[in-house]
This record gives sequence, structure tokens and C-alpha cells, in this order.
Amino acid sequence: MAQNALPDDPTPVPLLKTPLDSWHRRHGARMVPFAGYAMPVLYDLTGALGARCRGGVMAEHLHTRKAAGLFDVSHMGQAFLTGTGVADALERLVPGDIAGLKPWRQRYTLLTNEAGGIIDDLMVARLADDRLFVVVNASRKEVDFTHLAANLPDGIAIGVLEGRGLLALQGPQAASVIARLAPAAAKLPFMGFGAVDIGGIGCFVSRSGYTGEDGFEISVPGSSTEALADLLVAQPEVVPIGLGARDSLRLEAGLCLYGNDLDELTSPVEAALTWVIGKRRKLSWDFPGGLLMRDQLDNGTTRHRVGIQPDGRTPARAQTTIVADDGTEAGIVTSGGFGPSVNGPIAIGYVRKDLAHDGARLNLIVRGKTLPATVVPLPFVPHRYHR
Amino acid sequence: MASKSADKRFTKDHEWVLLDGDIATVGITDYAQEQLGDLVHIELPELERAVTEGEACAVAESVKAASDVYSPLAGKIVEINETIVEDPSIVNSDAEGEGWFFRLELDDPESFEALLDQDGYDELLETL
Repeated sequence: MAQNALPDDPTPVPLLKTPLDSWHRRHGARMVPFAGYAMPVLYDLTGALGARCRGGVMAEHLHTRKAAGLFDVSHMGQAFLTGTGVADALERLVPGDIAGLKPWRQRYTLLTNEAGGIIDDLMVARLADDRLFVVVNASRKEVDFTHLAANLPDGIAIGVLEGRGLLALQGPQAASVIARLAPAAAKLPFMGFGAVDIGGIGCFVSRSGYTGEDGFEISVPGSSTEALADLLVAQPEVVPIGLGARDSLRLEAGLCLYGNDLDELTSPVEAALTWVIGKRRKLSWDFPGGLLMRDQLDNGTTRHRVGIQPDGRTPARAQTTIVADDGTEAGIVTSGGFGPSVNGPIAIGYVRKDLAHDGARLNLIVRGKTLPATVVPLPFVPHRYHR
Repeated sequence: MASKSADKRFTKDHEWVLLDGDIATVGITDYAQEQLGDLVHIELPELERAVTEGEACAVAESVKAASDVYSPLAGKIVEINETIVEDPSIVNSDAEGEGWFFRLELDDPESFEALLDQDGYDELLETL
């Protein structure tokens, strides 16, 4: 989680800028601090872009679900891990099957600690036998790269890509946009990864994202990020989308936000992320916290991450207390708000074991009022990945 | 026109207040709705509720966040605008008209004079 400077801090740290900082400002972005960066939370779109989408969280969200949205996620950490045996080495730190990851494929995994908690969630792509590419959360870059440096063997080099751009193109029309600009990238399967030229710019492209829609994440040299963004919004399907809609889209897709839904005191089993533990890894449980996770799978956990649908129209935000019908404490909301595509309030939270089943009735305490809610399956909006 | 606009006052928390006799109509300013963005949920105070100056008594929620709306003056809630509960987007499209929140019977109609006038509010906006 980002540490905010105290209001009376005499030396506030200036916000970092992504390669698109001035591009955002030219396109009517409202900039806010996020994980130490100045980031666009939403846009007031005008001209040709305004004709496609007027901007604002609601319109940007719905545009992404209907056409295609461009997200600047250059604040995230990108790095190469290089050296003989790099996949085996990374497996000592994550529950995922990295050794079995084929070249030009990507996988979602977790850095875990000895207590079974989650240090971060990340994407790992395999470029070659001795080369991996990782993308980590902006708010966890320092922690992650320090952890990797301290725990990977000497022969593995960590090449952090400072100043590199990362753009996400998401939505049902993302594939037709990419097919027009880079036919090779449009052929990638879900979680495929490739080195592709887009408009003459050498990029790494993965077919993945954080919205539940089909889409691509494009790693691009910092000096070419503006040119790539210009090329993408020159396509009639595309408008820029801010962090506000990024959050409502991922919430509807039931995807976790590190710092809200995941942290160092939460295990993958509690977080309903047991699927990230590779089948082969379950034979030996030889990763940090592995034996604890095996015990949790065998004997259950006291709490579980679930989807929560409030009965009425009132959103329940993160940190909302959840109580059972008999008044006993039942858990806490970790992400919550309004889902524009659901057209109603939605939330993700942790509830105690006996209430962690679809249809269980909960009560949310919002501004002193008790609001009834139901445990529902995730995601709230079906995923539409390209399988 | 001059006397009409003179009856409209503002708070530093971005509420507007229109006085008619001892009844004040209260809403959030156009600046406030623009800052909040697309509103998705509104909560209004109960009728007959006594409120003090600066008391949080309504809530305007956007996709991202909930914001309190404060009573600009002391008084009693005598009317609420249920239409904006049904359709919060009215506050975005007409914040200082159809998007009013509630009407307040003022304890002291003279207290209205202490609020910011249009010039005072415009000056405040320039500092933001």
C-alpha cells in the first residue's frame, strides 16, 4: 500500500511521471497520486475522442466493455530475470509451475512468504530457457525487487526496466485493433507472449489484462510510448481510460487488488487463489509457506474471499464491517463500489468459513446502518478472454 | 435578476443555498458535481430531522467514493428530493436546479447572510 506523506511533511516527495505524463494532460486527464506516480484517474475527452466517449469513470468503463480502452500502466514494475536455471530459481519463491512454462507463454503467480502470506501478485513470461520477464505491482516494486535480489541465487541477474512504458489495450474490439496494426500479435492465445513490431516500434505483447475482457498488454520503450499511444487512439475503437474505470472493471471481473484484497497476512488459500499452485508443486510444496497452505487445504481456513452483492443500491466500500444475522462479526469488505456494467453495488470481501458459500446472507455496516447482502459467485461480469 | 442571484449563497464545502422566506433549498454546486464525477447513489436525511450548521446529513456517491453533504445552516429538514435518489445523474446534469438535495426550515433566517455570496464563492474556486 502506498504510504501517504503527512500533510505537514516539509519535504513532500515529488510524484514520479510515466512516459505518458504530458500526453495524459493533453488528453484532458485528471491526474491523481497513485503508488508514488501522477496517474490519470479519468479523462474529460474532447474532439474525435470525445465523440467516441465523453470520458468519466462510468462512460470509460462502459466503453471498455463495448469497444476498446487504452490504459497507461507504466507505473508497474517490469524486469528481466536472466541466468542459467532461472525458472527453477524463481520456483523457490512462488507456488506456480515456472519450470513448466513454455517459451512465449505467460503465467499469473504470487510471491509468498514463509508464513504463507502474499508478498505480491505478478505476471511471469518465459522468453528463453535462461530469461524470464516479470511485471509487478507499482506499490510493491521496491519490496519485490529487494526480495528477489535477496533470495535468487548469485547467477541470476535482475534487470529492472526503469522508464519503460506499459500500455494495456482491453475490450471486445482490442483484437481487431491489434490485427490491423500487428497481425502477429492478434494470433496470440490467452496468456501468450510475443516480441512484435507495432507501427515500427519493437514491443513485447502479452494477451492478458485486468478487466475480464480480451486484450493485450504492451511493453514498449519509454521513448516510443507516446507514439504507440497516439497510434492506438488513432484507431476508431479506442479511447484512453483512467484508473477509476480500471478499478471498477477489475472489481466486476472479481480480480484481486494487492493492498486491498491481498497482503502479507493473507494466504492464497484464503484468497481463493489455490489454482495458482502448480500441480507439480503440490507434490513437494517446496515454496515459501507451502506446507502451511497444504495444511489449510486439508483442514480449512477460518476465512475465505468471496463476492458480495448488497441488496439495495448503497455501495459498501473497502473496510466495511460484515456481521452475520445473529449479530456476530463475520468479516470485512476489502474492495467495494459500484459496478457500471452490473448497474449496482458490488464488493469483494473476506468472510468466516461458515458464511463463505453462495447464497449466504450477510449484513454490511455502512455509516451506522445495517444493509443486507448476499454471497455470490465471482466474477460479477463473465470473463471474455480469448481461449 | 440582481435581487434573484443575491438570494443564492454558497459554503466552502461546495453546497449552494437558495432562500425563500425562512426555507432554504440546498444542493451541491456544479463544481462539486464535476469533481465527484458520475453519481450512482444519493442518501438524503429523514424528514423532520434537526441539523446543525456543518453537520453531515446527506451522501453523494460516485463510482469511486462516497462524499458527505453538509447542512449549510442550522434548521429542520422539511422536504427532500426523492427524484435524485431514483436518478442520481440529475445531480450531474443540473446540480444547481433540478438536482437540489433538501429543504431546510432555518432556525435563524439571518444566519443565511453569513454564507459566501457568488463573488466570494468564485474567489474560493480560483484558489483551488
